[in-house]
This record gives sequence, structure tokens and C-alpha cells, in this order.
Amino acid sequence: MVARARRGAADEPGHGWGTVAKLLEIDGLRTQFLTSAGVIKAVDGISYDVNEGETIAIVGESGCGKSISALSILRLIPNPPGRIVGGSIRFRGRDLLQLSEEEIRNVRGRDIAMVFQEPMTSLNPVLTVGRQLTETLQQHLNMTREQANARAAELLGMVGIAEPERRLKQYPHHFSGGMRQRVMIAMALCCDPKLIIADEPTTALDVTIQAQILELMKDLTRRLGVALIVITHNLGIVARYADRVNVMYAGKIIESGPAAEIYRDPQHPYTLALLRSVPRMDQPRRARLDPVRGQPPDLSRLGDGCAFAPRCGFAVARCSRETPQLAPAGAPGHIAACWESERVSGALKRAS
Amino acid sequence: MYQYIVKRLLLMIPTLLGAALLVFVLMRLIPGDVCVLRMVGGAGYVDPKAIEQCRIDLGLNRTYVIQFLDFIWGFIRFDLGNSMWTGRPIVEEISLRFELSLQIALMATLTAILLAIPLGTISAVKQNTWIDYAVRGFSIAGIAMPSFWLGILIILGLLITTKGLFGSPWMPPIKYVPLWVDPLYNLSMTIFPALATGYRYSAVATRMTRSALLEVLREDYVRTARAKGLIQKLIIRRHALKNALLPVVTIIGIEFAFLMGGLVVTEQVFNLNGLGKLFVASVTNHDYAMTQALVMLVVAIFVFTNFVVDIIYAWLDPRIRYR
Repeated sequence: MVARARRGAADEPGHGWGTVAKLLEIDGLRTQFLTSAGVIKAVDGISYDVNEGETIAIVGESGCGKSISALSILRLIPNPPGRIVGGSIRFRGRDLLQLSEEEIRNVRGRDIAMVFQEPMTSLNPVLTVGRQLTETLQQHLNMTREQANARAAELLGMVGIAEPERRLKQYPHHFSGGMRQRVMIAMALCCDPKLIIADEPTTALDVTIQAQILELMKDLTRRLGVALIVITHNLGIVARYADRVNVMYAGKIIESGPAAEIYRDPQHPYTLALLRSVPRMDQPRRARLDPVRGQPPDLSRLGDGCAFAPRCGFAVARCSRETPQLAPAGAPGHIAACWESERVSGALKRAS
Repeated sequence: MYQYIVKRLLLMIPTLLGAALLVFVLMRLIPGDVCVLRMVGGAGYVDPKAIEQCRIDLGLNRTYVIQFLDFIWGFIRFDLGNSMWTGRPIVEEISLRFELSLQIALMATLTAILLAIPLGTISAVKQNTWIDYAVRGFSIAGIAMPSFWLGILIILGLLITTKGLFGSPWMPPIKYVPLWVDPLYNLSMTIFPALATGYRYSAVATRMTRSALLEVLREDYVRTARAKGLIQKLIIRRHALKNALLPVVTIIGIEFAFLMGGLVVTEQVFNLNGLGKLFVASVTNHDYAMTQALVMLVVAIFVFTNFVVDIIYAWLDPRIRYR
């Protein structure tokens, strides 16, 4: 698994640093929710770039803000209670946060498309699959009904659905979970977007179907040159499909780097803990897996210091007072928000 | 589908039979007797023999089982007999009023739909803005105000304004003329009771539309529609409303069936000769035959309306298929 991801990165130097045009630049994005319990800083100053055609993974536990950060890109945060309070999201030079409601609508589904977690509930049960595909085409590309129908059938064929013309007339409940997710992918692809954001695209599916869907997405994004942001808590997906990885914890990115590097040499204790919690083929088999101990913090009352410190085996006195900033650690292009990263880096090697 | 319709029609039989038994028993549990009421009228003494003769004429001297079977047998042949009070054929008495009641029920339903769906939608979309508060105030007022009281206000308002404008007060006409004979005359009579009942009726449906839509707007597929960049109007109309209408259709169906026989007080206020009035009169007069016929009619309307609602369900939601 890891070997493949590493080779992938080495084969394609283009998916590296600064050599390819930047498609999306997120800078200091902050999204908050105003609740009766107080202000929840769901996304607290994250920054990352996505290059053309690149696959980026965002990894973290439930509730770390990864989905919210993705929904923020297309300004799909329900408001109230949610609000983007700071930062910028530049897509091909334009700041999406400054666009008018109409302008962002033209970006949605056309330049940037989304694939959601739950294919069971993300498709409208009372509209045919064909209608749900063609309406996007009619909205963005001003196609006629016939043109849109032809394109929709072509898209269904592309995502591996047999007899597309017949299936266009069917409703979502005639499709299985995996098939529905294929429809979602077809929907995302319909206007030739530059970027697809997939929010846990396989979490709700059977394990065997998961691999099919991921292969399909990887294959199509490669072939069509679409950049992909995959949000997941599954490190297996990361290793196999992502070029670069951002690890999120408590609304912040705490480690970022090439996928192979993160796997080989994690620099943040949280990443290390995540890696130890999943079985690995490239490491000697341990008797048992190590779950990440403790609970993620309550985002409405984060104090000073590193948010991971209470659960961290490497914590020192300084961790509870000061918040570590992202800084180069390990190989070039690899950054982590931990001042003990050298000790962390050694730990995985010692363990093996 | 065809099979389903046949099955539903067959299922009407036990429902109607149950209703028939219920109304038959209940009517005979009420103390009093149509013959006594008819004879006593104004005078004091009545010959018991005359009363007995009247009971024999009306068939009330037979055993309950025979009376019940007779009622059912008549019903099967669509021969409802004569009113025990007036002696005129029941079919004639009912058809006189049925048209008016049906027209008012339909008009009130139309008023309710035309008010409830746009108002409920805008209220949900603009949740917690002044528009939402205004709509909610309007619908709460509709629920709180009995429609007969609103009817009285409307009549008073008409009297006062027409007197102010034309010098002489104007009242809606009292004699019913079918819509196709004189539309203007007919509407000038029916529009006010239809508005009075339709407003109340719309209030319930508005609140239902609002809450159903609010729920649907939180669904994942609405988020998908937004993520596709659809315009708001399309998201509401195509994606949200169709899903939100199921409970609203249910409410509208029940209310419609209720209006067909339950507009007792409103009919009184507007002096309309409708089914509600006939219903009350037949119960107070112990007119068994009439009451039984009316109950069966209302039950049939309820069953039929439910059937129509079910068909609309299947049309709105393709997951619902009847076998």
C-alpha cells in the first residue's frame, strides 16, 4: 500500500511543490458556529493549496472540522448557526468568499463539484436520476433537454452504469448504495469541473464497494485532469490515492506533507497515533492495534496550548501554555505543528 | 394499480357496514321518538293510538334486527326511503343541499391551498424574519378564530361598508342558484362562507407546509441541490416542496371531508341550506332514516377522499407503489 503511494509520488514529480499552477489556495480559513453553548471554532485558521489535477487528502477524527472546512469552500455552511469569519479561498485567482451569491452559484457544480458521504440521502428520492443529472447541465451549460439527456446517459456510462438510457428514467431507490454513489460522481463530473470535493465518499458503503468507488474516482480524475480533495478518516484511502495529506485536529491542520512522507515518517504525535491505530502491511505485525486514547476536545472551550496535549504521550510542560505553529519537519515539503517532532519521528522507527 | 383500486373499493364495504351499525345503534340509544316529536308539536295531548299508527307506518314497531337489515338492503339498492320527518324522499332532500355543500367545500379547499402553500413556503424559506413572523401570526389568528365568528364579522363588515358606499346595506343572497345558471349570483353567495372557512383551514395547512418544508430543507439532497449551483427557486420548487407536500395533502384531504358535513355553525351564520344544517335537524328530530343516510354519505366521502389522497401520494413520491 505504502510502497505504491510512494512510487506514485516519485513517478509524478509534477504533483510536487510549486511547479504546477495553483488551482485552489486556502489561507487562514476560519469557520465558526454560534450555539447556545458558545462559539464553536470548527475550522480555526487552516491554509493549504491544491494544484491542478492533484489529489489532496484531509484526514482526522469525527468532529475535527474536516467536513466543515470542505463545505466552507463552496460556502455551503448553514447560516445561521454557521459563519465563515475569516481567511480567503482563492480559486484560480478569485476569492470565493468575496463573490456575490449569483457568482458563487455559478462556481458550484460547474467549476467545483461535491460528492457527499451518504449516497442514500444525498439524492432526491422523488426525482428521477436523469432529472437530477440534467438539471445541472441545463442550469450551467444552457443545454436543451435532448442535449442534456444525451450527456447524462454518457456520464452514467462513464461511471460504469449499464444501460444508461433506461436507468436515467429510474428513481434513486432503484439503485444500490454503490450505484447511487456512482450517480453522485457522474453528477459531480457533469460540467467538467476543475476540482471535486469528496466528503467521506465511501464511508457509508460496503468495503468491497469502497474500493470500486475509489478506483473509479481516481481513474476518472486522472483521466480528466480533475483535482480532488478527499475528506476521510480512513488512512488506507490516504496511502493509496492521495498525493498530499493534511491532518486536521480540533479545527487546525497539524501536519501536512506528501502522502508517502506522512506514512513513512510522521512528525506529529497525533498522526503517529492515527497510524498506530490501523493495521499496516509494511510494518511487523503487532499483537494489537493502538487506538487513539481519550476524546477529541470540546471545540467551544479550547484554551491555550496545543489542543492534542491532554492526549499526547510526548507532551512537555510548554505544550499546555503555548500553541505550536506549523514548521518544516522531516523531509522537504513536510510540515508539522509540534516542537517535539524529532522525538515523534524516531518513535515509529524504534517501534518497528 | 387497477388491482389496487378494486381492492380499495372492496375495502369500503366493511367500513361502510361498521359505520352503518354504529349510527343505527347510536340513534336508537338517544331517548325520544320521531313520532312523539312529530305529533306533540305544539299541542299537549296526543292519542297514543295515533302515535302507534305512526310507528307502524314508519316501520319502527319491527325488531331492531329487521330494521337494520331493511336499512342495509335499502342502502344496497340506493333506495334511501323517505325522511321520517318531512316524508319527502331522502335522495331529494340531500341532493338539494349536496351541491351547495360541495361547492363551498371545494371553494374553501381552493382558498386554503392557494393561501397555505405559498405562505407556508415563504415562511419556511424566510425562517425567523419578519415575513415568517407575519405569516405565523396570520395563521395562528386563523386557528384561534372560529370560522362562524369570522363569518359574523364578514357579514357585519359587508353591511357596514355597503351601507357607507351605496346608501343601503347589502347581504349575500340566501337562495341557492347553481354556478352554471348564474355564476355571479352564485359566487356572491358562496364566496364569503368559503373565505371564512377557507381561512381557518388554510391556517392549519400553512403551519403544516412550513414545518414540513423546514424539515425537508435540512435534508442532504437539498444540500446536494445547492452544491450543484441550482437557483433557489428551483431548489424550493423542485427539490423541497414535492417532498414536503405529503403531510399537507393529508391535512387537506381530512379537512375537505370534514367540511362536507361539518359546517353546521357557519351554515347557520350565512343562512345556507347545507348538509350540516340538515344533519343537525335530522338528529334533533330523531329522523333515523335521514341521519343514517347522511352518516353513510359522509363516511363514503371520507373514504373516497382518503383514496384520492393515497393516489396523490403515489404521484408525489415514486417510492410509494400500491399493489
